[in-house]
Amino acid sequence: MSFISYLINGISLGSVYAIIALGYTMVYGIAKMLNFAHGDVIMVGGFTIFYAVSMQGLPPFVGVLLAVVLCTILGITIEYIAYRPLRQAASSLAVLITAIGVSYLLQNLALLIFGANTKAFTSVVTIPAIKLAKGQITISGETIVTIISCIVIMVGLSLFINKTKAGQAMLAVSEDKGAAQLMGINVNRTISLTFAIGSALAAIAGMLLCSAYPSLTPYTGSMPGIKAFVAAVFGGIGSIPGALIGGVVLGIIEILGKAYISSQMADAIVFLVLIIVLLVKPTGILGKKIQEKV
Amino acid sequence: MKKITKIMSLILACAMTMTLLAGCADAGAKDAAEPSSDAAAGTNADAEDNGNAGTHTEAVFMIGAIGPATGGAAVYGIAVKNGTELAIKEINEAGGINGVMIEYNFQDDELDNEKSVNAYNTLKDWGMQMLVGTTTSGCCIAVKAETSNDNMFQLTPSGSAVDILKDNDNVFQVCFTDPNQGIGAAQYIGDNSVAQKVAIIYDSSDVYSSGIYEKFTQEAENQPFEIVSAEAFTADNKTDFSVQLQKAKDAGAELVFLPIYYTEASLILTQANAMGYEPKFFGCDGLDGILNVENFDTSLAEGVMLLTPFAADAEDEATKAFVSAYQAAYGDTPNQFAADAYDAVYIIKAAIEKSGAMPTESVSDICDKLKVAMTEITVDGLTGEAMTWDSDGAVNKSPKAMEIVNGNYSLIQ
Repeated sequence: MSFISYLINGISLGSVYAIIALGYTMVYGIAKMLNFAHGDVIMVGGFTIFYAVSMQGLPPFVGVLLAVVLCTILGITIEYIAYRPLRQAASSLAVLITAIGVSYLLQNLALLIFGANTKAFTSVVTIPAIKLAKGQITISGETIVTIISCIVIMVGLSLFINKTKAGQAMLAVSEDKGAAQLMGINVNRTISLTFAIGSALAAIAGMLLCSAYPSLTPYTGSMPGIKAFVAAVFGGIGSIPGALIGGVVLGIIEILGKAYISSQMADAIVFLVLIIVLLVKPTGILGKKIQEKV
Repeated sequence: MKKITKIMSLILACAMTMTLLAGCADAGAKDAAEPSSDAAAGTNADAEDNGNAGTHTEAVFMIGAIGPATGGAAVYGIAVKNGTELAIKEINEAGGINGVMIEYNFQDDELDNEKSVNAYNTLKDWGMQMLVGTTTSGCCIAVKAETSNDNMFQLTPSGSAVDILKDNDNVFQVCFTDPNQGIGAAQYIGDNSVAQKVAIIYDSSDVYSSGIYEKFTQEAENQPFEIVSAEAFTADNKTDFSVQLQKAKDAGAELVFLPIYYTEASLILTQANAMGYEPKFFGCDGLDGILNVENFDTSLAEGVMLLTPFAADAEDEATKAFVSAYQAAYGDTPNQFAADAYDAVYIIKAAIEKSGAMPTESVSDICDKLKVAMTEITVDGLTGEAMTWDSDGAVNKSPKAMEIVNGNYSLIQ
């Protein structure tokens, strides 16, 4: 019975990782860069909702919408100011370091603006928990919403990329930036759009993360961000279904590892599995092998 | 063109290296000067020139304090900052220590060991003679290695790890050591038959938490209750406690012992509530502050018990006066950390009066005098009556148990 409980908790945790991982994977797949500031955009989303809903008493829907808009603007701004100037000139390493810099900048700005005191987030999910097997298993409303949003977002993203013109442009940019530009695709605008979508997802991830684990500090996004990055690599970075599978599998391994092996070693187990997967399948579970043609 | 840029950058690099070296040489000279003044140890003029960095002309006692004023344990750091400040203000208004005024400086360490050592160095440059700090155990262990080298008198209000007192004779504590908290908690639960089956959730990456945990489990063997589950978490994995709680629930624990800090405890309370698990929660002084978590539903903390040496609603005169002065100055009810820090300043005052140390002496001479005086004095403070110290620095006093009732800490009689 507790096994089922653990499994549900694992899927719930994994779904949060999966939504965050979607943001990582999209940006990597299209802009070919690791946006380490993604976790901190999540934190900004969390704070926006906290102030709008818990402090100002706005309806949760408005709060989430506000967070999505704010994070989208933030994402586009970060891309425009910090990443775009480096895209042509510098090596990919420079962009990576810049991303880490942006991450610290956001954390410290949040520290300055919101203060360091932990804030207890009031869950914006109002669905009641489901109790099964005479109350022995509880599935919280947050878990249900997280899992459903995760699936909806994944399906929506896949449709967007495969069916719309803008999505096709993204695919083209991801395959060959130069050729895409020659075909009349505005590369800069496409990458901006990617960041906008990624950051909007971050706002939603912030809402779900803070609802499930209701403690909000300027560092809230950093560790889940790293775990989600691992999930993205695990599932095959650049692949959207891969992010979902990677996230959920990671969450389940983490919770089951905690439950049956050692609660202290949870992270060690997660990263050990990652190493093994990468040794066997270097591109991750669903990653495609890209062949360089000469 | 390219060549010119290269040459220019080379010149610039050279210039920068030179300034760097110059900086080093300066610091080196200063470092070298300090031990020599210690060795001379006697000529007062010498000590004043080198030891005290000469930032002040009039002789005053320079007291520094360190704690996390920002970060996950900010409640503690701010409390220590305010408590120290309040006590120093009072002493200065009443004419100082033996007629000598006190100057005060607080530095933030963000609960980071490295930043704590940096904060200590900043204070040393400022001319600090005695340190009230640091606030948390981990940082305190990092900083005590430095103070022990410098022979700087250090009195930590709330750093409770045993390691803080190891391998030195210049560090003293106002609060209990972790083993005492662990033993005290186990004895309290056993003596008052609070529960028969006990589960523990602790932070294995934190010296405070794992220190209490170890002693608690040792002492539990002599007590009439049974530990049915002991689960850990780490600093990198402290958002999801579903597994730890599920295990406690499955094991039938009536009481969950939480020797951890309040941030994680607030999450544990929320998650236990979400899964419909309602045991008794019992913690140590780390839980102090849980009611101050912004927007936290304090009804979840109702009935939580904690062992802590200070209760803001205690009826004695000293506590009442302190609480009202603190509220007037900072608009907040003081917690245990504020009281510890307040006591720390008065303990230093008592030790200085006993030893007759003067601000004109070197840091090391003051420290040597205070070390001796600490083992001789008995101080009645907010956090304990008739507090005395061993030569290793541990305090002797007895803990109080509190329960959260109607959103307030109240003393269990």
